[in-house]
Amino acid sequence: MNILYDERVDGVLPRVDKTRLIASLHEALPGLLVLHEGEDLKPYECDGLSAYSTTPMAVVLPDTVEQVQTIMRLCHAQNVPVVARGAGTGLSGGALPLEQGILLVMARFNKILELDPDARRARVQPGVRNLAISQAASPYGLYYAPDPSSQIACSIGGNVAENAGGVHCLKYGLTVHNILKVDIVTIEGERLTLGSEALDSPGFDLLALFTGSEGLLGVVVEVTVKLLPKPQTAKVVMASFDNIEKAGRAVGDIIAAGIIPGGLEMMDNLSIRAAEDFIHAGYPVDAEAILLCELDGVESDVHADCDRVRQVLEKAGATEIRLARDEAERQRFWAGRKNAFPAVGRISPDYYCMDGTIPRRALPGVLRGIEELSRQYSLRVANVFHAGDGNMHPLILFDANQPGELERAEELGAKILDLCVEVGGSITGEHGVGREKINSMCTQFKPDELTMFHAVKKAFDEKGLLNPGKNVPTLHRCAEFGGMHVHHGKLPFPELERF
Amino acid sequence: MDAMTASHDAAQSLQDEVLQAIEKRQALRIRGGDSKRNLGRPVEGKELDTRAHRGIVTYDPTELVVTVRTGTSLSELEAALEANGQMLPCEPPHYGEGATVGGMIATGFSGPRRPWAGSVRDFVLGTRVITGEGKHLRFGGEVMKNVAGYDLSRLLAGSFGCLGVITEVSLKVLPKPRQSASLRLEIDTHRALIKLAEWERQAIPLSAASHDGTALYVRLEGGEGSVASACDRIGGDRLPADYWEALREHRLDFFSDPRPLWRLSLPNHTPVLDLPGSVLMDWAGAQRWLKSSSAAATLRRLAEQAGGHAMCFTSEAGREPFHPLAPALLRYQRQLKQQMDPHGLFNPGRLYAEL
Repeated sequence: MNILYDERVDGVLPRVDKTRLIASLHEALPGLLVLHEGEDLKPYECDGLSAYSTTPMAVVLPDTVEQVQTIMRLCHAQNVPVVARGAGTGLSGGALPLEQGILLVMARFNKILELDPDARRARVQPGVRNLAISQAASPYGLYYAPDPSSQIACSIGGNVAENAGGVHCLKYGLTVHNILKVDIVTIEGERLTLGSEALDSPGFDLLALFTGSEGLLGVVVEVTVKLLPKPQTAKVVMASFDNIEKAGRAVGDIIAAGIIPGGLEMMDNLSIRAAEDFIHAGYPVDAEAILLCELDGVESDVHADCDRVRQVLEKAGATEIRLARDEAERQRFWAGRKNAFPAVGRISPDYYCMDGTIPRRALPGVLRGIEELSRQYSLRVANVFHAGDGNMHPLILFDANQPGELERAEELGAKILDLCVEVGGSITGEHGVGREKINSMCTQFKPDELTMFHAVKKAFDEKGLLNPGKNVPTLHRCAEFGGMHVHHGKLPFPELERF
Repeated sequence: MDAMTASHDAAQSLQDEVLQAIEKRQALRIRGGDSKRNLGRPVEGKELDTRAHRGIVTYDPTELVVTVRTGTSLSELEAALEANGQMLPCEPPHYGEGATVGGMIATGFSGPRRPWAGSVRDFVLGTRVITGEGKHLRFGGEVMKNVAGYDLSRLLAGSFGCLGVITEVSLKVLPKPRQSASLRLEIDTHRALIKLAEWERQAIPLSAASHDGTALYVRLEGGEGSVASACDRIGGDRLPADYWEALREHRLDFFSDPRPLWRLSLPNHTPVLDLPGSVLMDWAGAQRWLKSSSAAATLRRLAEQAGGHAMCFTSEAGREPFHPLAPALLRYQRQLKQQMDPHGLFNPGRLYAEL
């Protein structure tokens, strides 16, 4: 089932008079950069989910909040769908444009407006890169904690829209835990401040609701983030296992010992070999699985925890345990993990990255299920796992030049997500639903729950102009999708007519 | 197990009560232990008591997640975690013996550890909720990371029951720190705030900090080494650990002052403010308790000027407890309420007359 916007099941989009729209944009905002012809639009056809692209009707690149407000008012008045885009690094097609809509590119909002080291917060424009915040805070011994792997390129506005994570979530939380205040512009052009510089705000917690709402409720125009003091020290222990289930159990044992590692990552044999070939991190290529356990904090505590972790790992049956001897080796250990995706990219023409989450105890069963599916679909799967917080990134290896392989990879991916939902997990831990996992939402949520999501959307965007078709599927789409995936002989959504 | 602690699933009867209320267009006053009844505006409505719906549904300490029915007493949940060396890091106040888990989520108040560990909403992973259409739905789940759909679970935290009847909640829990030490240091408020800002940027493992006008009180939590060295560095006198519970539960002498109690929520590193009344600082200055008979408008203006807001904890006819919202923000909050609770059943007017 193609994921590009399909009016038959995703809802009819308003017809936009392009000439009138462009003319009124020029008239209302003479200084606004508007792209609306051929080659100019090319770079904006897709985001990080590059298998899918659509040419937008027009691209606008405002650089003031007032311009954003005017654009939104105009689009609201003329019924023009608006898709917002930050750095375009998203992996779920959240910024995939619409032919019948404009793409609102926030990249020019790239200034750090204020950094207060004593209050430990920074107020930034949404186009500021995630890593740039930590770099600016670094001279004060501070940093911004969430570190998605795209952090050198991804923007903070996109991080808010997706509730981005990273490898340190178990201890330091997601984006939602690390922001204080977000200013948004609604589709009606209203500027709202959600949250505050204080630790809470009166009324409903719209900041929590807005974080991760994938551009469906409003557009981020300013973000105030919390900054944390950099940990005094960080150590990495690498443990090898001859059996992936043992490695999985060791993760639970570490937590049971009362230790919350800064990062706790697992890789399977295929990813270990791919990463080692590429980075020469010093990984044991014969191991069935490795665990990377980072402990950070005050020197003496980290030292004591390293000893505890070592004991736990020995008891859990690790075949080899290595503490990174120095900072260079620690960086190498991490480089292997952080480059696991491109490393896998070297051993396969294409790969498709999944993002399901599961309760950790379900890991052995889910891994066996993935192995079984991998055989069934004759596609290799490399497993990289944020083991501490239960976020799996199975990488499905395929060759897009082989007819039908992309479709097979996608089907295998959807099956893996079904598995995650079956064991009580989620179809996405940090990449978002976007357009990519729109059908899998029908597996995770019941029709009444989806209806509630649509109701929430209506409170902010009654006309449904903001990022239509993303994040929450229509019940019609689920009915159609359900018709293709009959579970246990019963059709889900029996109350809906089929097309 | 006696009747008060036996596990019991009363979701169906709660749902039936909501369905009846929809039919009769009868507003509901949702209650647990009623320990926080006086916080917020009074609600006229038929009582919906959640306390029969109780018990821990699942708790696996190695997953760091507990799922609990909202009618469960908060003490019972805390005891179950304690037995496994774990805790609710947000350290929620009870404000009375019968406090329930549902009341903790609905009010969203957090204790002294909040600035360092996070708030109640930060630890919410999933909820089950009876909606304004009488459906019993599930949002979020038992996993740490979940960005599918809108995050309605965290929205429900602190919503004072105005958006639905929360029946079940999954919370992230954490191991208790290995070591904890509390200290009392006689320095004035101004110097205390400077010290705190300095320690915050260094590796001092703070987990609570208050100032009563005479002395600074701090709690340090972490490994044995970090706590010991921080104690050496800070100095002062040892303080009994139960000070923090007395502060959290408003049992310190400060709270017996007969004047109305206000809560000022302020940005980090807000300097000493010239407030009309007596002040007890918590959250390293980000939460200031104020006993004052000054006009609400005066106190709200002072809080706003400092970038924060003020809530009145002492109920009195004619005084709004919550800080007024900007008109545009109120409009969207009202639209959200209308969408989620179209018949206006749940705790109408508890937060604001319009919600």
